[in-house]
Amino acid sequence: MNRQKPSNEALLWMLFSAGGVIAAFLIPVHIFLFGLAFPLGWLPAPSYEHLMLLVRMPVVRIYLFLLCSVPLFHWAHRFRYTLYDGLQVKHLNEVIFTLCYGGALLGTGVAGYLLWRMA
Amino acid sequence: MPDKTILEIARYSPEQDTNPHFQTYEVPVYKEWVVLDALNYIKDKVDGSLTYRWSCRMGICGSCGMMVNGEPKLTCATFLSSCGGHKIRLEPLRYFPVVRDLVTELSDFLLKLKKVKPWLIRRDTPPLSQGEFLQTPEQLVSYKQFSMCINCTLCYAACPVVGLDPVFVGPAAIALAQRYNMDNRDQGAGERMAVLAHPEGIWGCTFVGECTRVCPKHVDPAGAIQQYKLKAVLDWMKRLLPPSHSHKEGQGESLNR
Amino acid sequence: MNPSTAKPRPAYTEFHPRWYRPRVSVYWWLGEWQYLRFILRELSSVFVAAFVIATLLGLRALRNGPEAYARFLHRLQTPTAIVLSTISLFFVLFHTITWFNLAPRAMAIRLRGQRLPDIVIAAPNYVLWLVVSVAVGWLVLR
Repeated sequence: MNRQKPSNEALLWMLFSAGGVIAAFLIPVHIFLFGLAFPLGWLPAPSYEHLMLLVRMPVVRIYLFLLCSVPLFHWAHRFRYTLYDGLQVKHLNEVIFTLCYGGALLGTGVAGYLLWRMA
Repeated sequence: MPDKTILEIARYSPEQDTNPHFQTYEVPVYKEWVVLDALNYIKDKVDGSLTYRWSCRMGICGSCGMMVNGEPKLTCATFLSSCGGHKIRLEPLRYFPVVRDLVTELSDFLLKLKKVKPWLIRRDTPPLSQGEFLQTPEQLVSYKQFSMCINCTLCYAACPVVGLDPVFVGPAAIALAQRYNMDNRDQGAGERMAVLAHPEGIWGCTFVGECTRVCPKHVDPAGAIQQYKLKAVLDWMKRLLPPSHSHKEGQGESLNR
Repeated sequence: MNPSTAKPRPAYTEFHPRWYRPRVSVYWWLGEWQYLRFILRELSSVFVAAFVIATLLGLRALRNGPEAYARFLHRLQTPTAIVLSTISLFFVLFHTITWFNLAPRAMAIRLRGQRLPDIVIAAPNYVLWLVVSVAVGWLVLR
């Protein structure tokens, strides 16, 4: 077995894990509130002003940045392996790798830009 | 008059067949019979050409693994009465080449096992006068579960990644590597990490968890692999530190000593 | 030892009888419940990514002013959106529960020589999850 340098998969797995933790703790309540409770009127929806007030706070922006960037890497890693295993498309290795992590990087960039320029 | 049950067994002979076909046999069912007893009955009294592996008949040698109704099982540890229904389907272990009937070809697995160096690796050899290596009960407990592996390869038959990726090292091999890594007498963790921290090593595992579910000795290879992944991450982070830290990795990350 | 030309398929390779090597079907994951559950768990990551995209769209609407945000909220109220949100919630909850239940296996924490049972590590995660969810809800609803 060739002793190559240890791959950087460790970093990708770490991002996957971190994204998984963030997604596990935070995403359910967000979907419940913004996807169901507010649109269906189960709970009073926050006003535009209140949300803008929240979003202007730096700590909230950091929270939202983490919420919208690291889980993307969780998706990228998991989806990449699902395509490898589920669809057996290993021969499209590089394409899948680029699309997945590239997509995550793109999303992270968009999130950073949006939150930086939030009024 | 004992009950009867039907065994539907995959037969394959390279001289006659291109693909396996199923042959049915009727066997008596006794309360204390396991699937292996039924197989032996068939070979003794019905069809001597049936080929399968078995040895200890008590769940310690790991020879008699096969797919029983689609589940990887040790035939010496599977009671006929627990197979449900009166038809039992026997096939060779999944994801291995089939040599004949129920016998699989294991040389690939053995090569992978050898690759992870499942033996105590010492960088230094203390003189005999120093006496034996000491190990407390706590130190033993830290790796004992992984040492229970009997190399039955049921986990390989359960793991989809093994089937999809022929170069994936597989659950048992990684669990055994971890068994030696956690042994305080071993100094080879770095060597094994160099072999396993690759896509065909631990990173190929997607934590399906089937390997742990089917393991007859409760080794929990999935847990071993996830622990190994954490360790690999720590190792990788250490590599990013200044050289005074990273040059130590060659000596192996012995947990004690 | 060489295969005779009369046989259509030689029974022996150069070194051993020809082994039977079944190919794994593309639909391997439909073959067993456990495999299907695994693939569904992995597909939950798609809904995680979808949530992020929806949130980014919401943030952009917020930034573009009250009318844009009102239009965004309106779109969230359509039946399609509600159905998608419900499905997303199920999948994300599936992710959360499987994540908390499996995370203890990656950590072999020992207390006085005995390995802590999984529930001791999983339970605090669930509690923290509830606490964090309530905190987020409170912040947003205040």
